[in-house]
Amino acid sequence: MAIPRFWREIQSRYNLIGTKCGSCGKVDFPPRAVCPTCGRRSVGKMERLHLKGKGAVVTYTVIHDAPAQFEMQKPYVMAIIQMDEGVRLTSQLIDVKPENVKIGMKVQATFRKLGQEGEAGVIHYGYKFRPTA
Amino acid sequence: MRDVAVIGVGETEFGELWDRSFRDLGIEAGLKAIQDAKLRSEDIDAVYIGNMSAGKFIDQEHVSALVADYAGLADMHLPTVRVEGGGACGAIALLQGRLAIASGMYDIVVVGGAEKMTDVSEVQAAEILSSTADQEWETVFGATFAGLYAMMARRHMYEYHTTREQMAAVAVKNHKNGSLNPEAQFQKEITLETVLHAPWVAEPLGLFDCAPLSDGAAAVVLCEMQKARKFTDTPIRILGSGQASDFLALHDRRDLTMMDATVVAGKRAFQEARLEPKDVQVAEVHDNFTISEILAIEDLRFVEKGKGGPATADGLTALNGKISVNTSGGLKARGQPVGATGVAQAVEIVRQLRGQAGKRQVVGARRGLTHTLGGTGATAVVHIFERGD
Repeated sequence: MAIPRFWREIQSRYNLIGTKCGSCGKVDFPPRAVCPTCGRRSVGKMERLHLKGKGAVVTYTVIHDAPAQFEMQKPYVMAIIQMDEGVRLTSQLIDVKPENVKIGMKVQATFRKLGQEGEAGVIHYGYKFRPTA
Repeated sequence: MRDVAVIGVGETEFGELWDRSFRDLGIEAGLKAIQDAKLRSEDIDAVYIGNMSAGKFIDQEHVSALVADYAGLADMHLPTVRVEGGGACGAIALLQGRLAIASGMYDIVVVGGAEKMTDVSEVQAAEILSSTADQEWETVFGATFAGLYAMMARRHMYEYHTTREQMAAVAVKNHKNGSLNPEAQFQKEITLETVLHAPWVAEPLGLFDCAPLSDGAAAVVLCEMQKARKFTDTPIRILGSGQASDFLALHDRRDLTMMDATVVAGKRAFQEARLEPKDVQVAEVHDNFTISEILAIEDLRFVEKGKGGPATADGLTALNGKISVNTSGGLKARGQPVGATGVAQAVEIVRQLRGQAGKRQVVGARRGLTHTLGGTGATAVVHIFERGD
């Protein structure tokens, strides 16, 4: 992945920055320029919002056939998480055995290495989630 | 709008076709369809090609001109269009071809679909398929295409108590149908145990819950209805078409156990056709994973929401069941050359409605439906066909 392509999203990938619609109050992640509910009325009214990083598992899977970049991590758990702010996102779930993952489980974001471009390439960082302590 | 009919169909065999190139496949399917329609090349007004990712699979873009060229049509300087829409590209190409004729701009259009997927490694191919999901907010974090469908399956199991056995029944049925299709990639029946004991791909989906990687192509000839009768006694009319989109990323969808794009595309197609799901006898739906077929038959309202699993296990969707689903073997057994899918589904429905489906013929098939997905359901296309005689 080209460095700028990853770099320009690091605000959201490092700090969970999303947007809140100034018209209806709905929260989106990653940031959107247009609210899917309000459409044109929301243009120019999308406010930056820092998600608190807490949520619950809506669904999950254990990945066994992994892309080359994730080969060393398999099997690993991926989940769709509903954040306390209402928006959902997709993330890896760590520090939990696959058999102990449950729908509804409370989780929180943590800062981790996501991947690396080859052996000496740029390292990508971002969020993963783990069970709430 | 003018009525449009299918007057010719053709497809290659599907599978790992090491000795055949993208252009070989595209041409074979196209020529078969033209021959089936008893058309001269001078009759053709335009060519539409559904192709998902030739750029990544074979390093070749601009494939619409390429296929027309190698089909011997270069001197005619036809308009050629390549359509991309993830896995739904073939079905969208069909819709675009239909619109071009319905509008009065063209009378006869060839719609093809093709993909050559085995020139890259399996891992690369899986990554290319994943690129129809959200690359920045799903796959970059480790989600795979199978993983995203697995999360729909998990949620469906949680909400509707769908079982792995019921999902496996989709694969068993489609392999059984594939065993009756001489062009299918897999022409071998499998047992429930084989599906259940296969290695995991993404839990709760195992290897036999997933459609294969394939090479292959399919084509249909579309013609304005009045003119169609000059070519054939059994024109297959397109009664209705619906296309819909949704949030690109799965996590943004309203409901993870239901594809709103399918629901809306289906409603639009049935509305145009002035029909109800019960009026259809045979359907080809997008079973790239076993869970996908369960979602499709629910979202198209062939069965009640949440009852797709039991309906499949009880044989309601088997050949000559209440509604025959994926008589070709579906993506699961016929194969999944992505760009070809929507067109290959139409080829199967046309054969069924003409009564040319051989051992897998649905008795009394008069109306048929195709359903095709792009990505994890950010695009869905539905077409409804009827015997025009």
